[in-house]
Amino acid sequence: MAAVDKKPVTGAGRLNGVLTWIDTRFPLISLWESQWGKYIAPKNFNFWYYFGSLAMFVLVLQLLTGIFLTMNYKPDAAQAFASVEYIMRDVPGGWIIRYMHSTGASFFFIVVYLHMFRGLLYGSFRKPRELLWIVGMLIYLALMAEAFFGYLLPWGQMSYWGAQVIVNLFGAVPFIGERLSEWIRGDYVISDATLNRFFAFHVIMVPMILLGLVAAHLMALHEVGSNNPDGVEIKKQPKDEQTGLPLDGIYSHPYYSIKDALGVVGFLIVFAIVLFFLPEMGGYFLESNNFIPADSLKTPPHIAPVWYFTPFYSILRAVPPLFNSQFPGVAAMGVAVVIFFFLPWLDRSPVKSIRYKGPLFKGALAIFVFAFVLLGYLGTEPTNVWGQFGSWLQHADRATVFARIFTVLYFSFFILMPWYSKIDRCKPEPQRLT
Amino acid sequence: MKNITITSRLRALAGIVCALLVMPLAAIGSECPPLQSAPINSHDLASLQSGARTFVNYCLGCHSAGYMRYSRLQDIGLSEQQIKDNLIFTGGKVGDLMLVAMDKKDGKQWFGVTPPDLTVEARARSSSCGSGADWVYSYLRGFYRDSSRPTGWNNVVFENVAMPHALWELNGVQQLKQRQFESENEARAALLSAKSLASLEEQTSMAGGKEVTRYLLKTLEPGSGAKLSKVEYDKTVADLVNYMNFMAEPARLERRSIGIWVLLLLSVLFVLVLLLKWRIWKDVH
Repeated sequence: MAAVDKKPVTGAGRLNGVLTWIDTRFPLISLWESQWGKYIAPKNFNFWYYFGSLAMFVLVLQLLTGIFLTMNYKPDAAQAFASVEYIMRDVPGGWIIRYMHSTGASFFFIVVYLHMFRGLLYGSFRKPRELLWIVGMLIYLALMAEAFFGYLLPWGQMSYWGAQVIVNLFGAVPFIGERLSEWIRGDYVISDATLNRFFAFHVIMVPMILLGLVAAHLMALHEVGSNNPDGVEIKKQPKDEQTGLPLDGIYSHPYYSIKDALGVVGFLIVFAIVLFFLPEMGGYFLESNNFIPADSLKTPPHIAPVWYFTPFYSILRAVPPLFNSQFPGVAAMGVAVVIFFFLPWLDRSPVKSIRYKGPLFKGALAIFVFAFVLLGYLGTEPTNVWGQFGSWLQHADRATVFARIFTVLYFSFFILMPWYSKIDRCKPEPQRLT
Repeated sequence: MKNITITSRLRALAGIVCALLVMPLAAIGSECPPLQSAPINSHDLASLQSGARTFVNYCLGCHSAGYMRYSRLQDIGLSEQQIKDNLIFTGGKVGDLMLVAMDKKDGKQWFGVTPPDLTVEARARSSSCGSGADWVYSYLRGFYRDSSRPTGWNNVVFENVAMPHALWELNGVQQLKQRQFESENEARAALLSAKSLASLEEQTSMAGGKEVTRYLLKTLEPGSGAKLSKVEYDKTVADLVNYMNFMAEPARLERRSIGIWVLLLLSVLFVLVLLLKWRIWKDVH
């Protein structure tokens, strides 16, 4: 069989021959051009548009450092804690790799939360990007699973009891709950069996799912095209006569290649400050309790998940039990995550971007962000952190009352969106980018 | 258009500011043990070495430091020979881990709990109340005689702790002094002028159908039979804590010195990439 007839590759100097040879046998050039090289993006990406490429960068960072960690880590209840300390002390450069991975985990969530916030700001989930958003949300779910499984591996007290609490949540599911949580643990308590399977999930199963989803996310993005801070569809614009590009479009390469590279270096500066000078980040990135080896007989006085889960943990705690069952709280926590999937159909505004949305949406988004941050903070603290109200409120924990109020506000943002986004006084969307 | 983005940014900023204002409230609600800041300097090799000596002499009998190798003491300026001659009492090798001869089950039987491994204790004890070093520094100066306890010792930082006062020969037998105050201001004034670790507890009781609040101030009186003066003892403990802080993360100093170079390098790279970006973007209008 003869190789497919294609135009020879030009412009790569000495490599022209090799690239032509490959391109006749593999869609190298068309893949590069469709996915990046000739991908046309709006020219007005601002600060918020760094976080997509940064999320991908952190994913690669986590995969690479993870590979090196597995070379010395032992997924064994008797050795796991010691093997992490071994990495920190006896493996040359081990501490850097470990801190990169632990700091990277938190930064992954920071970057992803900012990336999602960008989507909320500029309506990036709206038609025709619904699937792009849904795949993104699936990535977020996979990331949560990845972080949860990974957090057990150091086998410290917080690893152990955090996992215990979260797995027990499945026990609140009616009828099948107990057996479900037993099935997840592979034992009646978190044990060596749990550690082994969580290790398998963390290093093989979830990373593979993540990579597949990220590929789908990028393909979906490059199919529908990027949104932008104005929410204008550049694909609908007339083409420039000279370049053949939409009036406000530019090629990703080299423009966004270099801009994203700048973002990566800026990110690395912040990342390095934490890694080298504040690796524990005041107990938020590495909890002090996790420097005590897991002990199944000693429950720590205060168990909290790592910061990136705490908004949802707050919601879980805020919802009161019903008929002695924690299920309503667990369900509310699940819904709090899943409800993001429905955003493309909840937002009925005539415009995409916050720039042209009215005061109702802006106010709602501000309240939502505040609620998310406050719930996140409260989730890291015990419920008595703000003391109690007086007898007029039956001495209820202040923090719990506030968590309830903000849980309601959190859900209101989504549930009332079809209404307030529709009646909002929006400004007309322009034809060109501003 | 610009105005809109600015107001939305302001609103976002206001949200963050509100959240930050709320945070310090957390400290009021939580209860902290009486902690004093540990006067340690991780660059002071003499202090680190003195701390290492105290650690192997007084701690390593019961507590292991099972993730730490003796050889790592070279980081604090000791030679292999010095380590072998002065700090290894078990006849082990320099490359060995700092293990403990005492059987775990014996420890559990004698003290009620197996003495925990101390390698990363200085990290494990850090909290919003203070650093792990502050905790250990205060704890080791907080023992007092309490005949009601099985070991005869109690501690103002760690109430009803199972551990006896391992450094009592150096510290002497401190006594607990309790004073009750009716006024909160007086109690706080007394707390501030206390010359030892001191804790203030609020006690509410019912008397004659009314809630009565009293303030209990606990201070420590220097004890008899101390081999060291108070200043010398504090210095010994500070050295020990300095060492434990080093042991909890031997890479700390290296981490910081590498970090500065990494930041310098990244800053230079940032400027170069920024210049390149400007150049490439010149033709985008």
